[in-house]
Amino acid sequence: MSTQRARVVVVDDHDMFRAGVRSEIGAAVDIVGEGNDVDSAVKAVIAAEPDVVLLDVHLPGGGGTEVIKQVHQRHPEVKFLALSVSDAAEDVIGVIRAGARGYVTKNISGTELIDAIRRVAEGDAVFSPRLAGFVLDAFSGAIDIASVDEDLDRLSQREREVLRLIARGYAYKEVARELFISVKTVETHVSSVLRKLQLSNRHELTRWATDRRLV
Amino acid sequence: MLAGVAGGVADHLGVPAKSVRLLFILSTVFGGFGVLIYAALWFLMPPATRETPRTPGAAWAEHSGRRTTRSRSRKEDFGQLTALVVLGCGVLLLLQTAGLGVGRLFWPLVFAVTGLALIWKQADEAQREEWAKTSKKWPVLGVLFGKGGFTSVMRVAVGLILVGAAVTVFLVQNGRLAQVGDVLIALLLAIVGIGVIAGPWVHRLTRDLSAERNERIRNQERADMAAHLHDSVLQTLALIQKQAHDPRAVVRLARSQERDLRSWLYDETDEADQTMVAAVKRAAAEVEDRHGVPVEVVTVGDCDLTEPLSSLFRAASEAMVNAAKHSGADKIDVFAEVDGDRVEMFVRDRGKGFDADAVPEDRLGLRHSVIGRMERHGGRATVRSSPGMGTEVSLEMGR
Repeated sequence: MSTQRARVVVVDDHDMFRAGVRSEIGAAVDIVGEGNDVDSAVKAVIAAEPDVVLLDVHLPGGGGTEVIKQVHQRHPEVKFLALSVSDAAEDVIGVIRAGARGYVTKNISGTELIDAIRRVAEGDAVFSPRLAGFVLDAFSGAIDIASVDEDLDRLSQREREVLRLIARGYAYKEVARELFISVKTVETHVSSVLRKLQLSNRHELTRWATDRRLV
Repeated sequence: MLAGVAGGVADHLGVPAKSVRLLFILSTVFGGFGVLIYAALWFLMPPATRETPRTPGAAWAEHSGRRTTRSRSRKEDFGQLTALVVLGCGVLLLLQTAGLGVGRLFWPLVFAVTGLALIWKQADEAQREEWAKTSKKWPVLGVLFGKGGFTSVMRVAVGLILVGAAVTVFLVQNGRLAQVGDVLIALLLAIVGIGVIAGPWVHRLTRDLSAERNERIRNQERADMAAHLHDSVLQTLALIQKQAHDPRAVVRLARSQERDLRSWLYDETDEADQTMVAAVKRAAAEVEDRHGVPVEVVTVGDCDLTEPLSSLFRAASEAMVNAAKHSGADKIDVFAEVDGDRVEMFVRDRGKGFDADAVPEDRLGLRHSVIGRMERHGGRATVRSSPGMGTEVSLEMGR
């Protein structure tokens, strides 16, 4: 995949921002479609069947979560990378739980964004420091005995270590060096955290989400 | 249990709901005042507001449909249902034993009371949900049905049928079957007539009322927004124009304005809070403003800023300032985690770094204000740095 250019659909309701993204990443990926609200995004994605959709969290017509839901009904293989200025934990976790494979903020640099797109296209997850912080927050707190053997309901020691390093601003490569593991292993840990975040109905996660009106 | 009056009173007075309920029940048993007071309060008390305020950014996104909100399904309250049934049976038994001769009236009474209760209950809930909303096509029906959809229509329909049945049974028992049709038609006509006469008037009244209130709220919001934009964005734009020749200053101003707007739109913590997270964010903002280097703050958990923790916080601020001044990095990452009774902070930059053993004696900032301060207050600080790899200061303290 790394030799092949990723096919990308850009979804954002600000024309200026889409133009900016086009000029920043257009040289490294193929932009095969655009959308500026939920309906046009769903149409563009279904028509183009891209590798990755760059998705704004806030979008007229129901937000990014709505796009993911509608597209995944027909094409569950399409991968989404959420891109937003919003710092609201509830919206970020909401779009991840709906099925996005990562979250980056809009002030990300062009090269970092291209790197993130490549990662998502290859099926890995992209965690920014902020998302890592939200996830640690969501999974924090004591584990009640009843759910200890429930694998989905908690992060392993290693996963926590990886997330904490990402939250501290470490790139995947630096995390790997710090923990004496390969970058691939870091990616595996992060993907597994993503899966837990999407599937877990852990008591604390549910309560945390309810507090923030997610469920 | 019935309409939440006891709970509301309890909330207001700060006593457990159970004792208020008990008081109501006792006063009902001895003298029957309880019921009257309860009914009066039901009418007079304002419905509780369930919505918690959200940040302006989230509210805007929701308003313009940029964000999906899932309505929480209300849990079925079987306790309430049971209480109602038990209460009903009790009243009936009481009437029976009192020998009031309800034998013939028994079923009509049951039907009528249940029917009326359903309609009233529905109207009550609908009012809580929908009264405040505007631009409904059917404001009068809105009073009855609210947002409940099918369930509420069913409830009102069943209520009406039960009341009808009560009238029918009553008339049948009194041997005036022939009149059933006439009476029902008369009733129906009366209801329709009243509706036709009062409908438009009620409609206009409710519309005017809510329109006026919404206008007032909107004006208030507009004024707040204008004040905020004037104080922040307008000032920054003017400053940027004045300093257009200095790109560094422009970036700093833009970044500071971005941070300000962002926190105003999306932040749930208050600027003035005396908590760890708020303090760290303030310190990071100050470093950004003074040195023009963006500081990314990520936090997990939060706690009050106690005396020992404020030295941890000061050490972290010092580390941020050091990184901004000496590292040459274009970004500083700060991570703070409150985990149980331990607080950890990390300040990291990808700048030029230094050889820890070769720090000249005159650069005491790190050694004294960071490591020394932490050790004096029972914490721990480690500095990892090597030339070309950047620097990370780790701080740890119990709380």
